[in-house]
Amino acid sequence: MPHHLISRRQMLAGTAATGALALTGSPARAEVNWKKYSGTTLEVILAKGPRGDNLQKYIKEFTELTGIKVESEQIPEQQQRQKAVIELASGKPSFDVIHLSYHVQKRQFEKAGWLADMSGYMKDPTLTAPDLVESDFSAAGLQYAKNDKGQMLSLPWSVDYFILYYNKELFQKKGVAVPKTLDEMVAAAEKLTDAKDGTFGFVGRGLRNANMTLWTNFYLNYGGEFLDGKGNILTDGPEAIAATKLYQTLLTKVAPPGVAGFNWMESMASFTQGRSAMWIDGVGWAPPLEDPAASRVVGKVGYTVVPAGPKGQYSATYGDGIGIAAASKNKEAAYLLCQWVVSKKQGARLLQAGGGVPFRNSILNDPEVQQGVKMPKEWLQSVVDSAKISKLGLPVVIPVAEFRDIVGAALTSTLSGADPATELKKAHEQYRPILERSEKA
Amino acid sequence: MSVVTEAPAVAQRAAPEREWRPPSYWPFVIPALVVVLAVIIFPWVFTIWMSLNEWKVGSPITFVGLANYLRLPADPRFVEAVGHTLVYTALSVLLPLILGTLAAIVFHQQFAARGFLRGIFIMPMMATPVAIALVWTMMFHPQLGVLNYLLSLVGLPPQLWVFNPTTVIPSLVLVETWQWTPLVMLIVLGGLAAIPTEPYESAQIDGASFWQVFRFITLPLIMPFLFIAGMIRMIDAVKSFDIIFAITQGGPGSASETINVYLYSVAFVYYDLGYGSAIAVVFFLLIVALAALLLYMRKRMLWTSELGSGA
Repeated sequence: MPHHLISRRQMLAGTAATGALALTGSPARAEVNWKKYSGTTLEVILAKGPRGDNLQKYIKEFTELTGIKVESEQIPEQQQRQKAVIELASGKPSFDVIHLSYHVQKRQFEKAGWLADMSGYMKDPTLTAPDLVESDFSAAGLQYAKNDKGQMLSLPWSVDYFILYYNKELFQKKGVAVPKTLDEMVAAAEKLTDAKDGTFGFVGRGLRNANMTLWTNFYLNYGGEFLDGKGNILTDGPEAIAATKLYQTLLTKVAPPGVAGFNWMESMASFTQGRSAMWIDGVGWAPPLEDPAASRVVGKVGYTVVPAGPKGQYSATYGDGIGIAAASKNKEAAYLLCQWVVSKKQGARLLQAGGGVPFRNSILNDPEVQQGVKMPKEWLQSVVDSAKISKLGLPVVIPVAEFRDIVGAALTSTLSGADPATELKKAHEQYRPILERSEKA
Repeated sequence: MSVVTEAPAVAQRAAPEREWRPPSYWPFVIPALVVVLAVIIFPWVFTIWMSLNEWKVGSPITFVGLANYLRLPADPRFVEAVGHTLVYTALSVLLPLILGTLAAIVFHQQFAARGFLRGIFIMPMMATPVAIALVWTMMFHPQLGVLNYLLSLVGLPPQLWVFNPTTVIPSLVLVETWQWTPLVMLIVLGGLAAIPTEPYESAQIDGASFWQVFRFITLPLIMPFLFIAGMIRMIDAVKSFDIIFAITQGGPGSASETINVYLYSVAFVYYDLGYGSAIAVVFFLLIVALAALLLYMRKRMLWTSELGSGA
């Protein structure tokens, strides 16, 4: 894979150089004309969070560089998704640039044709800085950003890997080693659980819909694939049943009571209060865990990759991108902004604050950038290691929300004692027609 | 309606004296007509139209006839949601009715600081449902919530409240009851104040017990008020969304997913507007049916109780 990418990059560079030579007769490099769209005003719709903060905090630098004025607003994720979809469907969105969640919106946006194609801009040396090349993005990022025809419909912005957070103090007290496999993790969690004391071995999302992101990591490690070659959903097979049994054991036997209603927030609360010894969730929670004002476990948190399953070791991966509304009248200016958002400088800032992980390898692997990371070294290591075992954490289909709701509800009901195989079967009987209808339409 | 029936009478009376001219009341009717058409009739016709189409945000719209309605009985989530709605509604009508009536009887007595205590009692009704929901969510927390602490004081084991599929609906009804019992009390208090004192005096002379007085005098006399309260509560409870959504979002799993919560998901999370509209239409019919049932029962009660007919 890396060989292939490098050769393609070299080939592209070669072609571009030949073209330039042929036209001008000299190998002079075209410079990005940053000021070309000076005076334009762009509207940006952002999901609330560290990515949005990072953009808004430094946006003045972009305006200084380009003379483009940017008006942006941050809206809580769920509402942002709804607002964006309704506005895009109306054909006259109020924004030029949109922050999108790939794992929820990729197929929907592609199918509706709401995003502008950036492939042409990326090849234009007057619009694109030479360091921004496709091959610099990780494989997951490209998988997310490109459609079936290979067009870049957005720029991959920030990736979210699932990692294992653990409480070193509790581990030490009980003399437990950091688990390398899921089986070891269950055994460790049992040892760490002391219900009388109010401490539990494991915590994670139990709430319907939210819980799918945790479960799919188990599913991947049991060797599960989401779709077969014909696009049929496979999440009720033997791998799914095994993963659900593990999920059920962890969340009923060694997790705090009421976990069926926990999202990441409640899970994090339990972990930061030192009530739970292990937590598997997205990589972005290090800053609150290491914040003395919000956490009782500052300096005691260990970070590592999700333990291996019998059929492999993966880190369930989700991601955000930044794209241009197809209906925007300022596409080139908007592209400059997108490019700046995923630029090395902005990406480094995001990583260093622990607010997200850039999809660009040149940022993540830059020793100088790594030096500036304010989070513990172990955290950075878990990010780098997860990048190597990254795999998309949700099926790339249009009805993702239905998938998460229906299968997620089945998972939640196993937490009150329902049988995993029966529940999964029931859920898929319900989900299959929905998937077929949406792919057919 | 009344305007239409009056029209010929006016015309007839005016006919012998003056020649015919178009009725002059139309300009006065038009504003009301426009408003009714725009804000009541049009949304309804449009909803019905949407429900007959495959209408997904981002995809082309195609007419599919009754296909969306045919999906309903085969959709287990919808069927379950209907069940949850009915249970939730029944409980959150009955409990506030019973408790509200008891409270009204207590607050109808003369005692010190009655007005002040009445004021305190109706405070839950004035609070915002979402704020209430957030407070109750904290109280329901199995590890950190105050409710389990209170249970532990009387030696009861901790409960999972809204975090367990079997207890989630009763727990939500608890919140709803807490908030809306005062409304029932206010209505019934009004009823109690309107009851004449004579029946009570004669009952006292006849030596009726407290229970007999309540069962044979008070209850029949406040029945019309209870029906009004029941109707208001029923329409409110069946549509309840804020409390459920803010506390459980229909969970755990889909154990507290009512029609309204499901409808929201279908239309605004799955963007399936056609199917969502079909659910909305069926939901509306359900509300109308329930209201009609209550009205019918009220009518029958009034026929049999001659005292009630005066109210």
